[in-house]
Amino acid sequence: MGAASSELKAALCGCLILLIPFAYAGLALMSSGMGRSRSAVHSLVAALAAAAVAAVVYVAFGFAWQGTPAVPSYGLATGGVVWNWIASGRFFFDGLDPSGTPTTLLTACFGVFACAFTAVIPLGAGEERWRLGAMLASTAMLAGWTFPLFAHWVWGGGWLSALGWQSGIGRGFLDAGGAGVIQVVGGFSALSITWLLGARRGKFSQEGMPAAIPGHNSVFVTFGCFLALVGWFGLNSSAAILFYGAEPGRIPLIAVNTLLTAAGAMLAAALLTRTRFGKPDASLSANGWTAGLAASSAGAAFQVPTEALIVGLVAGVLVTFSVEWLELHFKIDDPAGSISVHAAGGLWGLLAAGFLGHFPIAGGDGQMMAQLIGVATLLGFVLPLLYASNWMLNKLIPYRAPLDGERQGMDLHELGANAYPELVSHFDDIPQR
Amino acid sequence: MKLAGLLLLVSGWVIVLSAIALLPPAGSRSAFIFAGLGIEVLGLVLAIRAHIPEFEERR
Repeated sequence: MGAASSELKAALCGCLILLIPFAYAGLALMSSGMGRSRSAVHSLVAALAAAAVAAVVYVAFGFAWQGTPAVPSYGLATGGVVWNWIASGRFFFDGLDPSGTPTTLLTACFGVFACAFTAVIPLGAGEERWRLGAMLASTAMLAGWTFPLFAHWVWGGGWLSALGWQSGIGRGFLDAGGAGVIQVVGGFSALSITWLLGARRGKFSQEGMPAAIPGHNSVFVTFGCFLALVGWFGLNSSAAILFYGAEPGRIPLIAVNTLLTAAGAMLAAALLTRTRFGKPDASLSANGWTAGLAASSAGAAFQVPTEALIVGLVAGVLVTFSVEWLELHFKIDDPAGSISVHAAGGLWGLLAAGFLGHFPIAGGDGQMMAQLIGVATLLGFVLPLLYASNWMLNKLIPYRAPLDGERQGMDLHELGANAYPELVSHFDDIPQR
Repeated sequence: MKLAGLLLLVSGWVIVLSAIALLPPAGSRSAFIFAGLGIEVLGLVLAIRAHIPEFEERR
């Protein structure tokens, strides 16, 4: 009976993992829709290529460094604390036994999909000016080093997950669906890249006032939101089963909480923009929905529906102001709002899980402190690491497309064909007589 | 300025790590963790401000 139940749980978890690609399909559609028509297919090809490179590099190197709590790892002992910082698995999934326990195989499979998801997040920020080759190199570095390292600390038995039993801080850093490991890592990667790329030409006037560059397809954006929801159901549920031992009976609650957080965030963003501008803003409402999903990833497995709704409402307000502040005051050009949605939404979700969570795992007080330490690690280690590594790569392979690329559109410049060949939407394409 | 901001981010994190390793659970550990986070926030603000491009001032 026990073995049958365990097999059923593993099969269910496997099916949920297979839903995750819907999340990055949704994000890719949203990014493409929020950009201009002249770079529409480039945006989608970039997402596909990023997912492909991330999957290959993660299988080759990433999982060996991420590992699982059952895989041997390296640690440093200081002050009576052992800092388990990296796994010592084998490259290319070597050593994984297909006939063995399904948990390790499922964790490896989950890791491939989660890593590909993380790689897709920064694309929305670098849209219309990030060269494809440079983007793939940046993705390889993210998938081969940064993502697996932080994922090991949180999900692979690393020092952040051990804060509870080792240092008496709550139950250790909890991130049941990747709000930190996927969303914030992807969001900080987006921030580093926008800093290095600079704004699109014409985005800011000579005095620094931002110009609105409307997206070319709001239908893509809203349909992307629905697709992303399906992917997030799989992400939050499978991660809760794999890393925190959630029983299948908890999946309906996780799904309801995920939906409620997204719904609360979308409604808050729509109401706020309706109050401020007279009409609800479609793009910001969609960003609100996705920010709610990003925030749900930390605590959907540990919250009651009312708390999930509150988390969503705050996420919706937060993302609306964050998008405005980044553009108006910090002159950051993020066409798809990736930084606000994934970094700000994810950070809020992690903090909210600290004070709005009801945890089935044994542990002491101080969960909020554990969450703060996780946030401090993301800010103080992951962000500088991402910035430094992208800065170095940018010196080797220039990230920014040349002026012609931006003028023609990335579709024509890098791929040789437009997404909409029958539609000449900008005068630069018309031969001058 | 950019480098200073990034160094402050890392410094704040090192303070947080040191507090976990060296200080007992009760007492000043929380204060040091908050101090480390505060330094990180300062570093983030500095890094963000250092990346703002220069524009012509409006006359």
